[in-house]
Amino acid sequence: MSYELTHLRALEAEAIHVMREVAAEFERPVLLFSGGKDSVVLVRIAEKAFRPARFPFPLMHVDTGHNFPEVIEFRDRLVEELGERLVVASVEDSIKQGRVTEETGPRASRNRLQTVTLLDAIEEHGFDAAFGGARRDEERARAKERIFSFRDEAGQWEPKSQRPELWSLYNGRIRRGEHVRVFPLSNWTELDVWQYIAEENLEVPSIYYAHDRQVFKRDGMLYALSPFIALIDGEEPFQTSVRYRTVGDMSCTGAVESTAITLDAVVAEIAATNITERGETRADDRVSEAAMEDRKRGGYF
Amino acid sequence: MAAISKRLTLIEGDGRPDAAPIERRAGTLRIATAGSVDDGKSTLIGRLLYDSKMVLADQLQQLEETSRLRGDLEVDLALLTDGLRAEREQGITIDVAYRYFATARRRFILADTPGHVRYTRNMVTGASTADLALILVDARKGVVEQTKRHAFVASLVGVPHLTVCVNKMDLVDFAETRFEEIVEGFEDFAAKLELTDVEFIPISALHGDNVVERSLRMKWYEGPPLLYHLEHVHVASDRNLVDARFPVQWVVRPSDDRERRGYAGQVAAGVLRPGDEVLVAPSGETTRIAAIEGPQGPLEEAFPPMSVVLHLEDELDVSRGDMICRPNNRPATARSIEAMVCWMANRPVSTGDRVLLKQTTRWVTATVEDVRYRVDVHGLHRDKTATTLELNDIGRLKLRTSAPLSVDDYRRNRQTGSFILVDEGTNDTVGAGMIVDAHTGESAAAAITDADARSPNVTWHEGGISRDERWRMLGQRGATIWLTGLPASGKSTIATALEQWLVQQGRVAYLLDGDNLRHGLNGNLGFSAEDRAENVRRTANVARLFADAGAIALVSLVSPYERDRVAARELHGAGELDFVEVYVNTPLAECEARDPKGLYARARAGDIKGMTGIDDPYEPPRAPDVEVAGGSVEQAVAAIVAKLGALGII
Repeated sequence: MSYELTHLRALEAEAIHVMREVAAEFERPVLLFSGGKDSVVLVRIAEKAFRPARFPFPLMHVDTGHNFPEVIEFRDRLVEELGERLVVASVEDSIKQGRVTEETGPRASRNRLQTVTLLDAIEEHGFDAAFGGARRDEERARAKERIFSFRDEAGQWEPKSQRPELWSLYNGRIRRGEHVRVFPLSNWTELDVWQYIAEENLEVPSIYYAHDRQVFKRDGMLYALSPFIALIDGEEPFQTSVRYRTVGDMSCTGAVESTAITLDAVVAEIAATNITERGETRADDRVSEAAMEDRKRGGYF
Repeated sequence: MAAISKRLTLIEGDGRPDAAPIERRAGTLRIATAGSVDDGKSTLIGRLLYDSKMVLADQLQQLEETSRLRGDLEVDLALLTDGLRAEREQGITIDVAYRYFATARRRFILADTPGHVRYTRNMVTGASTADLALILVDARKGVVEQTKRHAFVASLVGVPHLTVCVNKMDLVDFAETRFEEIVEGFEDFAAKLELTDVEFIPISALHGDNVVERSLRMKWYEGPPLLYHLEHVHVASDRNLVDARFPVQWVVRPSDDRERRGYAGQVAAGVLRPGDEVLVAPSGETTRIAAIEGPQGPLEEAFPPMSVVLHLEDELDVSRGDMICRPNNRPATARSIEAMVCWMANRPVSTGDRVLLKQTTRWVTATVEDVRYRVDVHGLHRDKTATTLELNDIGRLKLRTSAPLSVDDYRRNRQTGSFILVDEGTNDTVGAGMIVDAHTGESAAAAITDADARSPNVTWHEGGISRDERWRMLGQRGATIWLTGLPASGKSTIATALEQWLVQQGRVAYLLDGDNLRHGLNGNLGFSAEDRAENVRRTANVARLFADAGAIALVSLVSPYERDRVAARELHGAGELDFVEVYVNTPLAECEARDPKGLYARARAGDIKGMTGIDDPYEPPRAPDVEVAGGSVEQAVAAIVAKLGALGII
């Protein structure tokens, strides 16, 4: 007996510990659930942390209205199977209420609008801690994010005055109106997530596997043909086998050409890739070099 | 762009290395890096990431663009790790950033911390979870102030392995003599530190010498390149697998009443198995582990850092903040804590300040009782005149907590020996603490005086504190242990040893010795039957007050009459307090042979009247809780301790 945990099991143990700390120290936590692979892992971690009891928090999905239908179908089925409560915060509602204004033009996206909907929902429900599936390997600004990431009353992140995070002693002390974003998967990489999905045999939305789809090329990325995105002159839709590495809006999430129809094939593809998941598939991060940092400061996921 | 492309080619030779097949069974090494701004730390990390294929094409492209915009002729690998806009603009690293890379053998989590004087707190933060500290030294400058500070922090925070990379060897002509000079300089300084494993590696991060590949330009160096060392350094034995410690984090309540409650937490140290006898600190209740559930199902063994659920055989009152350990190996229970503290707030800390303290899964308030000294990092000497700790200062504080904590020395256990301090007003984390001398007399003795000295913020009179609250704060149940037996039967010797044992375990225990009481409280009493009864009554009442206050009162009194002892027991029963009667059954002949005070001799000679056992009867207890007959003092203490455990008193 070597008394040594494998890398994945050590990450799992850390994530479970983080979730239980939040459950113990906060009054109204919530788990932000997008239906993407990271939030699927978060849900599995929650099951391991709290079963046979129910989760001591609901799940919340910020629905832009521009999601892939496959993801919404998956979300509803998973929640049904879990027997847990789902809160849906809708960007559509925020637009109707005049909280945000819809972007226009062919490159319009509801990605940025989500922040307002998310912060409004956190305030409305009085959530004091929100679990997110963000990982530090995703992006440079995220590499500096704490596991317990403090947000002020306006939901903002101040990278220069983050609380030092020592040992596994998390400081979740907040005042009324403030909240903490908690990232149990902080130390996971994209490959870790996929290997965990494989080890745990988790179901993920079908769009993560290769499938035939009508796509068109824009800015070097492949976008799905959908009612939420208008073609610009010269853009020609064509059918090809693609899969998604991330799950976001149809309007800003790119597909990659792939024939990986099994989990093992996906894991092999991830292990061999030479482009980051966000760089390959997320237009939202390409806007400027500091795009993620700016959005995070504003209260984004 | 041409220059950039050429540069990358130069770095890489024939192009990018193949993706390492990452083994699912591989373990993890956590690294903390530190170095001054210009030591080339970011370049080294950039190279480790790049060479282990963690830098991907789009990141490289971004890197090229940034370098070009800044007017650089070469791609700056350091840009990979400088995450935030402010850092990129200022060209410095301002916070802890975490990086991930992997080879076929291991996965690495690297906490990249800046090297400025101002940011000691970040170094402590990064080092707190590290298996290995990586320190960079500029070969031209040698060991500087920063190097010393980093080595000191690594030593203080107990990072088990230290690797010193002497960088920029290309700028000193790859000279062995220069390398040796620096090694000597470092060793001179490090002799004063507690560092167990130190490796020195001469490298050039810029050119890749001895980073991944062995350098052909430093053939005099016979050790491994850096990455090989990181892959092979032995960390399995760094963990404490001896002292079982399980801080209870969360109580899992089953939906079905017939099932047992579960106690969830992360194993802090030691190995736990079903069937193990365990003790819950601070209440002292004991039971056995019925079952352990891990993330993959039932477990035969749980060890750090597993997150598991323990099911206990008995339904005890266990809640978050309690610690499950082994009866014969438990943490110290202390309200007075001595600790090395790194202060992390702009506002300095001084005597009398109140802060929040989190240790394992407990929050308490703590008052700074004394600033013992501040460590001067230059010469490592203690500045005992210091009365405050400023931002980034490291020093020793004496703290008093509002409730007892179950603690170990940080040196022995990083999980149960560490704590953070939090500002009550701003909620900021303002300090990191490492406990020293947890199990020595100082803390234990302080626990005793604490029974008398009331916390400045809690009084008995305000609103009336219930016994439960008081005991909870003190972290133990009060009780009276009553030792009865003939004069010179060994009652006081056993009671003294028991008191000593209890105090060493962090318990508040106090010996009420019959002879001593007769010097004061009972000074006006003689040895008539009435006076003996009164002697027992007064002593029983005093013991009851002690027990009510939460102490374990040890009474060593001949108390020869059954009815007096029954009265003492009833007095406690009425107050719902435990009363443990211990009969020290030593034969009269042996007591008389010992006769340390010469009482038996004088009684036989007729000098003393009414001597129990000679001319006054001793009525043995009919049903004592513990009977000690023969055996050593240790055996007697063990028998009593076992009973106390069984009764749930400790």
